Amino acid sequence: MRKIFFVLLCLLIAKTTTAQIDNTLFRRKPLDSTGMLLNMDAVYNRPFLSVGKLPVALGGYVEANYQHLGTDGITEGHQFQMRRFTLFVASSISRKIKFLSEIEFEDGTKEINIEFAALDIEFHPLFNVRGGVIMNPIGAFNQNHDGPKWEFVDRPVSATQMLPATWSNVGFGIYGKQFQKDWVLAYEAYLTNGFNDKIIDNSEGKTFLPAAKENRERFEESFNGVPLVTAKGAIRHKRIAEVGLSYMGGVYNKFQDDGLELDKRRRVDVFAVDVNSTLPRLRTFINAEWAWVYVDVPATYTQQYASRQRGGFADIVQPLYTGNIFGFNKSVINAAFRFEYVDYNVGRFNETGDNISDHYYAIVPAISWRPSPQTVLRFNYRYSWKSDLLGNPLSKTAGIQVGFSSYF
Amino acid sequence: MKRFLYVLLIVLSVPLSCKKLEPAAPEDHETLDGPVEGLSDEQRAMFLKGDIAFNNDVFTKETGLGPLFVSTSCGSCHAGDGKGHPFTTLTRFGQINEQGNLFLHAGGPQLQNRAIPGHQPETIPAAATFSKFTPPANTGLGFLDAVSDADILAMADPNDGDGDGISGVTNWVSLKNYITLREGSIDNAGKYIGRFGKKGAAYNLLQQTAGAYNQDMGIVSTYEPYDTYSGEEIDPEVSNQTVQHVVFYLKTLKAPVPRNTGDANTIAGKGLFTQINCNKCHVAELKTSASSIAALSYQTFAPYTDLLLHDMGNALDDGYTEGSAKTYEWKTPPLWGLGLAKISQGGSYYLLHDGRARSIEEAILLHGGEGAHARDKYKALSKEEKQQLIIFLESL
Repeated sequence: MRKIFFVLLCLLIAKTTTAQIDNTLFRRKPLDSTGMLLNMDAVYNRPFLSVGKLPVALGGYVEANYQHLGTDGITEGHQFQMRRFTLFVASSISRKIKFLSEIEFEDGTKEINIEFAALDIEFHPLFNVRGGVIMNPIGAFNQNHDGPKWEFVDRPVSATQMLPATWSNVGFGIYGKQFQKDWVLAYEAYLTNGFNDKIIDNSEGKTFLPAAKENRERFEESFNGVPLVTAKGAIRHKRIAEVGLSYMGGVYNKFQDDGLELDKRRRVDVFAVDVNSTLPRLRTFINAEWAWVYVDVPATYTQQYASRQRGGFADIVQPLYTGNIFGFNKSVINAAFRFEYVDYNVGRFNETGDNISDHYYAIVPAISWRPSPQTVLRFNYRYSWKSDLLGNPLSKTAGIQVGFSSYF
Repeated sequence: MKRFLYVLLIVLSVPLSCKKLEPAAPEDHETLDGPVEGLSDEQRAMFLKGDIAFNNDVFTKETGLGPLFVSTSCGSCHAGDGKGHPFTTLTRFGQINEQGNLFLHAGGPQLQNRAIPGHQPETIPAAATFSKFTPPANTGLGFLDAVSDADILAMADPNDGDGDGISGVTNWVSLKNYITLREGSIDNAGKYIGRFGKKGAAYNLLQQTAGAYNQDMGIVSTYEPYDTYSGEEIDPEVSNQTVQHVVFYLKTLKAPVPRNTGDANTIAGKGLFTQINCNKCHVAELKTSASSIAALSYQTFAPYTDLLLHDMGNALDDGYTEGSAKTYEWKTPPLWGLGLAKISQGGSYYLLHDGRARSIEEAILLHGGEGAHARDKYKALSKEEKQQLIIFLESL
């Protein structure tokens, strides 16, 4: 009898609680449209949902897709993929202190990552301190990678397979901005934990910066005790473009252990340039990024692991139609096109003097439908070419990818 | 409603048109990989496991690579199962006659010319002679494995009994303790016919595979348990099962499929091939005997080799050898797949044992010793006939 009474009481409380929810208390913070935001602002420029006067805002995005790709006549068939499910929690601790975290579940629960969990303290617009798990600002994609912002199902290969996006590390740094009429100038500089020797010793069989993420201890321990330096400068004119220049570098190998010297300090250095612009009148959006990777690979190792890499992507997005589609009165239909290229091994064979191949390039024509600014439905046709180290006939992969990505 | 139906129609048509938007498979004769016909479902599954181990498994420090090595995976030396490239060419040193290798203490017989960071690779001892070995194609190896010893010996003519200037001898090798004799193996004072490797020093594909894991990648198995760096016996870094899957894969890779066989120049070239006696060593047809793999049993195939050692003259004598072969003797390489060599060698030819010949003609002209007679006959051909012969060779 007591149990029945207890259950009824719980149900009553739950009903009362539900009845207390007032939808008008939820406020959605809209995306910024001033045209003065930079890629570095992407982490906070998200459609958060806040409740009443609570200082906590929630958000996230989800993306899923269907694809049918074939490589030289061999296909894995019809694939349905839950690429990622990401949750944001932001909190204003005080007027000048805020916290944001981003937790991502990739490929179902195959990978669960804290992509961002940092405290920001503002001292002056030109001097803010950030600490915690930060996203190293190399290139633009690593900072501005939310699925709903892109018209393509796949992330750029140069950003994820050459650069290690998304690439987060524990560390501290400073950033700041200066506005001057239609101009905004910004900088960021961080010291974080860094890479490890997996970048030249991995099952990919090539220099592969993303392999550093296999080291799960990087959030609690630096692999070699030398901080990774990441710095970026960006400038934007409201009506012209944003240009960013970034650098990331440090020692990747364990050159000493327990007081014993094991090897010389071997560096990895990355330089990147990113540009984005929206052409007036046509409203064509152009977004491009190019990066160069330099790794000090021992001369007695194998040239299979490159000492130089380079690559990038260029996206063009052209709005074709804006209006009402199926009752979504702010719908936008876009045509988009991506070209991407990566040379995983820039150099020549010691044995023959011939060029080392190992490159990848792809084109992706796409159509997207945005029923609202926070949601995108994408239809991509991807065609890619890949060469092996020796430059033998290219392996070709192509197929269709259809999916959606949406903030919630 | 009408608009909705249009969209629905487009969405539903996507899966139906997928295959048409994807790259087509290359023709069977354009590639070297793929299994022989006639394998059972179970055998195809084993082929696939071997394929993955051979082509996808990249060794790292964690999985046992090195510390001294030549390559990090099987597939990196045999791209597309074809001939290799100077980048992954092996160097062997230290043996000048059948008395054995004099430099085993200095890392012989194989030079591990690469090392993981923090280690130094080997160097060739000053007094040692050496030879470079370009990785061979893997295709059709199961057929060569299934030729009977008796058939190989029947092609040998050690004393040139027929007076054609071509002898052909077998490399009699001592067996590793893990080797199981194939049926019909002929015993010669405790030694057996080697048929794999540039000098024919490997008895079978298990020896070739376990040896390659060990010598090429520094991977220890129960078959080859000694670390090439320390010389110590260490725990296996690859399972017997994986090694056996790779052996099965190598055994059941298809033989290269000839191309343009009906072309007039190919046919004329084939005639010239016999006319100038290339076929004396590069024997066109061989037969398999009984094999545990039914698809390989009692098959006639066209490898263009006699699996015998021949004196190739001074120009190709590097002063290094293996088993009972002389330093100037080389096993006749199969010519099948020759025309597809470029698709695994980065678009160029690297022919002969060390890749020194950059064209088929150059390879022919570098023949000496027992091959000198055929080489001279080739030289005497007209320009058109030479071209026809090369067209034929490229059709193989």
